[in-house]
Amino acid sequence: MNIERYQDPKVIRQTLTRRRVAIVGLSGNELRASNFVGRYLLRNGYDVTPVNPREEFILGRKSYASLTDIPDPIDTVDVFRQPSAVPAIASEAVAIGAGCLWLQYGVISFEGAEIAEKAGLNVVMDCCMKVEHARYLGRMHWLGFNTGRISAVRDS
Amino acid sequence: MADREFGFATRTVHAGCRPDPTTGARALPIYQSTSFVFEDAEAAASYFNLQEYGNTYSRIVNPTVAAFEERVANLDGGVGAVAFASGLAAQSAAFFTLLQPGDHVVSSSALYGGTITQLKHFLGKLSVGLDFVDPDDPDAWKAALTPDTKLLFAETIGNPGGNILDIEKVAAIARQHDTPLMIDNTFATPYLCKPLDWGADIVVYSATKFLGGHGTSLGGVVVDSGDFNWSNGRFPVVADPSPAYHGLSFHDTFGFYGYLTKLRAETLRDLGAALSPFNAFLLAQGIETLPLRMRQHVANARAVAAFLESDDRVGRVSYPGLASSPYRELVRKYLPEGPSSVFCFDLPGGREHGVRFIEALTLFSHLANVGDAKSLVIHPASTTHRQLGDAELSAAGIGPGTIRLSIGLEDADDLIWDIERGLAALEDTN
Ligand SMILES: Cc1ncc(COP(=O)(O)O)c(C=O)c1O
Repeated sequence: MNIERYQDPKVIRQTLTRRRVAIVGLSGNELRASNFVGRYLLRNGYDVTPVNPREEFILGRKSYASLTDIPDPIDTVDVFRQPSAVPAIASEAVAIGAGCLWLQYGVISFEGAEIAEKAGLNVVMDCCMKVEHARYLGRMHWLGFNTGRISAVRDS
Repeated sequence: MADREFGFATRTVHAGCRPDPTTGARALPIYQSTSFVFEDAEAAASYFNLQEYGNTYSRIVNPTVAAFEERVANLDGGVGAVAFASGLAAQSAAFFTLLQPGDHVVSSSALYGGTITQLKHFLGKLSVGLDFVDPDDPDAWKAALTPDTKLLFAETIGNPGGNILDIEKVAAIARQHDTPLMIDNTFATPYLCKPLDWGADIVVYSATKFLGGHGTSLGGVVVDSGDFNWSNGRFPVVADPSPAYHGLSFHDTFGFYGYLTKLRAETLRDLGAALSPFNAFLLAQGIETLPLRMRQHVANARAVAAFLESDDRVGRVSYPGLASSPYRELVRKYLPEGPSSVFCFDLPGGREHGVRFIEALTLFSHLANVGDAKSLVIHPASTTHRQLGDAELSAAGIGPGTIRLSIGLEDADDLIWDIERGLAALEDTN
């Protein structure tokens, strides 16, 4: 099994252009990675919908118990859960008509990826949405991180 | 994950420096500014909370310095890098970030003298234990490990003895002990060797030397592979909630960016040894010619070492690139394009001949540095390594008549001409 198949820069960049993101497992604790990512995406123009049954509001946004409870359309389902929870989340992502299933660092589930892929969704695995946004559209290079970006073209 | 895997030379020129989006400037702009205006109050807060990537204050981040950092990280295959005002500042910060009182370090004994002094005195003041081992003996590394050992440290090419580290072997010993291996890759540069590819976890540089390459600017840099598991239970100082950063757990929150984020946001912030933007510009510019320069450094060093080895007025020549070197196999494995251009040779006449030799040279510069475009010469026993006792001297591969050369980019014939005159001066007065 090859994770790199799910780390295609073209798919990543295309996904980053879609603004409606549901974050499954978003924590209300300001020090958790998911909270950093949610806040970052909100600050960078994404419409973030939390999915966490234990909280009513996170980052000032109404939180839903599951993906299927969300009344509005979702482009990307971003997952911060243990890998064993991913297949069920993938099925829900298919059911709500999402365009991409995005699994964060360490959330590795080939079974979940296959469910989403078979239904025509894009899949990104073992990547961070914040880092990939910062790499391609943001300012990751301002902190000395290796973006891997080599280009003589001027960004607009 | 890039669209194309660009080659090393392409990356020396481009990595870290895309055209400036505001002005279109093609060369790396020097952002000579202490501080940067925030877009709004929330942006300010989110930068200091590390929730967004933003410029705040040049002791912690600066866009010119960041370009240099990204360039080195890219060439070494790391997840990122943090630059410092000097190589020793980079090392002290790298140590400080992962060690706490009661910890223990195992280090190669064949190191730059300033590093030996730093380890002994700086770590001693932090109540960190330290043992030096013969880097060529894997059993010595193993035997020195204690339950408190939290770091293994060595140079790729030892300064000045020319010991070549069997990186893969020492990295395996480190991994077995759930301990990071940190390598000073100053002499090799990522052009000649990439220690992360052989299992090292962290690489440090004195950028003052070959990276900058022209003897203009002090600088240092720490590169992290991102692969070390700081949450293995042995590194609470990295993994636990930090009292110095409102309870943030760096490894848990930032994953493989955790160590570097702590190194910058806490250690660089607190120790304060930031690299200046102007030095970062010069160092980044130096790297643009790194492959060309290193090839010529190696070719010249081979020619000079071969000349010295063939001369009976000269004792041992410790260039690991010689066919006679005991490190030949390790060079073939880790430094296939050659073991850089700093090496020693012995004058049998001891200290007095060492001094006389140096005084007769007119093309080599007598000074305390290495890795310059100009050829350099020094007598370590009376200069760089003078703080060390005889036992430590010999552990670092240095005798009373040892001369260290750093071969530059002149014509090799001219360098040999100068050395020939130095050797002739020894005979005249005998
Ligand atoms: C191998 C090595 N490491 C580290 C250093 C220290 O670097 P700096 O002088 O930039 O602090 C030196 C300096 O000579 C060196 O040769």
